[in-house]
Amino acid sequence: MNWFWYASPQTFYPLAGRIAPWFAVAAALLAAAGLCIGFFVAPTDAQQGEVYRIIFIHVPAAWLSMFIYVVMAFWAALGLAFNTRLSGMMASALAPTGALFTFIALWTGSLWGRPTWGTYWVWDARLTSELVLLFLYLGFIALQAAIDDPRRADRAGALLAIVGGVNIPIIHYSVVWWNTLHQGASVSVTKGASMQSQMLSAMLLMALAFWMYSIAVSLVRVRCVIRERGEA
Amino acid sequence: MLDAAFCVVRRDLLLAWRRKSDVATALLFFVIVTSLFPLGVGAEPTLLRAIAPGVIWVAALLSSMLSLSRLFAADHADGTLEQMLLGAAPLGVVAAAKAAAHWIVAGLPLALIAPCIALQYDLQAALWPVLALSLLLGTPVLSLIGAIGAALTLGLRGGGILLSLLVLPLYVPVLILGAGSVDMASAGMGGEGQLLLLAALLVAAGAFAPWAIAAALRISME
Amino acid sequence: MSDYAFYLWGAYGVTFVALLLEVVFLRKRKREAKA
Repeated sequence: MNWFWYASPQTFYPLAGRIAPWFAVAAALLAAAGLCIGFFVAPTDAQQGEVYRIIFIHVPAAWLSMFIYVVMAFWAALGLAFNTRLSGMMASALAPTGALFTFIALWTGSLWGRPTWGTYWVWDARLTSELVLLFLYLGFIALQAAIDDPRRADRAGALLAIVGGVNIPIIHYSVVWWNTLHQGASVSVTKGASMQSQMLSAMLLMALAFWMYSIAVSLVRVRCVIRERGEA
Repeated sequence: MLDAAFCVVRRDLLLAWRRKSDVATALLFFVIVTSLFPLGVGAEPTLLRAIAPGVIWVAALLSSMLSLSRLFAADHADGTLEQMLLGAAPLGVVAAAKAAAHWIVAGLPLALIAPCIALQYDLQAALWPVLALSLLLGTPVLSLIGAIGAALTLGLRGGGILLSLLVLPLYVPVLILGAGSVDMASAGMGGEGQLLLLAALLVAAGAFAPWAIAAALRISME
Repeated sequence: MSDYAFYLWGAYGVTFVALLLEVVFLRKRKREAKA
C-alpha cells in the first residue's frame, strides 16, 4: 500500500474523518476500564489514603504532555525537511491538546500536592519542568497565531518546536539539578519501589485512553485546519 | 568566511557606536532593575546577599533580551538583510557574527558592570570573579539563543513581547547554571561544575544556533 | 487525608471540564470551518 498517497491534505482529509471516531470510541472504552480499575479494584494507599487516586490522571497527563511534544516536533521536522504541507498542519493541530494535557498535569499535580506535601505549589523538579513545557507550548501557539501567512507560520513554528525539543532534556536536567540543590524538605513523588499491579494497570489504561483521545481530537482538528486553508 | 564575519561584526559595532543611546539604555535598564529588588523585598543584608546572584542574572537575562528585537529589524527595514541572504558568505556565519556583535554590545558590558551591582547587594568580594565569569560565559549563549527568537519573530506585530515568551523558557538552563555557580561558590563548594557546564552550553550553542538562526531568517524572509 | 474529596474531585472535575471544553471548542471550529 502506498502510504505516501495519504501525504496530501486532500487525500488525508477523508481518511482522518473515517478513523477519528474509532479513536474516540477506543478512548472512551479505555477510560471506562481504567477508571473502574482505579476506583473499584485498586486498594487504598497505606500512606496517602484515597487522594493518591489522582495519580490515574496526573501521571498519564504528564506522559502525554511530553509525548505529544515529541510527536509535534517530529511532524515539524518532517515538514521542514521535506516541505510537506500536511506535516506542518499536523504539528499545529497537536499543540493545543499538548498544552491542555500539560495544564492538566500541573493542575492535578498541584491538587495532589496540597494534601500530601501540604502546599499547592512546590518547585519540585518535575512540576517546574512541566511548567516550562507549558511555556514552550504556549510560545509555539502564540508564534503561529502572530503570523498571517500559513506556510510561514508552519515553518516558523516547526523551527521553534525543534529548538524547544532539543532544549527540553537540557532544561529538565538543569531543573533537576537546581531542585536537588534547593530542596528543603524531602519530597518524593514516586510511589515507592514498586507500584501495586492494579494501580499500574489503571494508570496504563488511562494513559492509553488519553493517547487515543489525543489522536481523535488532533485528527478532527487537522481536518478543520485543512478546511480552513481551503485545501479540501 | 572569517573576513565576512569580521566585516559584519565591525559593521554592527559601528552602527551601535552611532546609536550609543540604544546601547546605554539597555545597560541602564539592567542597573535600574537590580535597584528595584531591594526596594521591593527590603534592604536586609542577609536577604540581599542570598538573592543577589539570582537577581543579577535575571536582570541580565531581561536586559539582553530587550535589545534582541533590534538585532535584525534595522537590516530588515533597509534591505540589507536580503542582501545578506543572497550574498556569498554563508548565512550561518553572518548570523553568528551578528549574535557576536550583539553580545559585545549588550552582554559583555553586563558582565563588567555586575561586580558593581554585587557591591550594592553586599555580595562577598571573593564571589565577584565567579559572578563575572558566569555572566561572561552565559551572556553569549543568551545572545545566540535570543537571535533565533529574533529571527523567527522578524517583522511580526507584537514582536518584542512575543520574542520574550519564546525565548525565556529556553533561557532557563543558562539562568539556573549561572546563578547556581555563584550560589555554590558562596556555599564553599566552588562553582566550577556550573561554569564548565555553562562553557559546554556555549560551545553547543555556538555550534548549532547559527544554523537555526539562518534557517529562521530564511523562513521569515520568504 | 480525611477531606480528600475536595482534592480528588477537584482534580478529576477540572480535567473532565477541560477535556469537555476542548471538544466543545473543536466542534464549534468544525462547524465554522464547514460553513
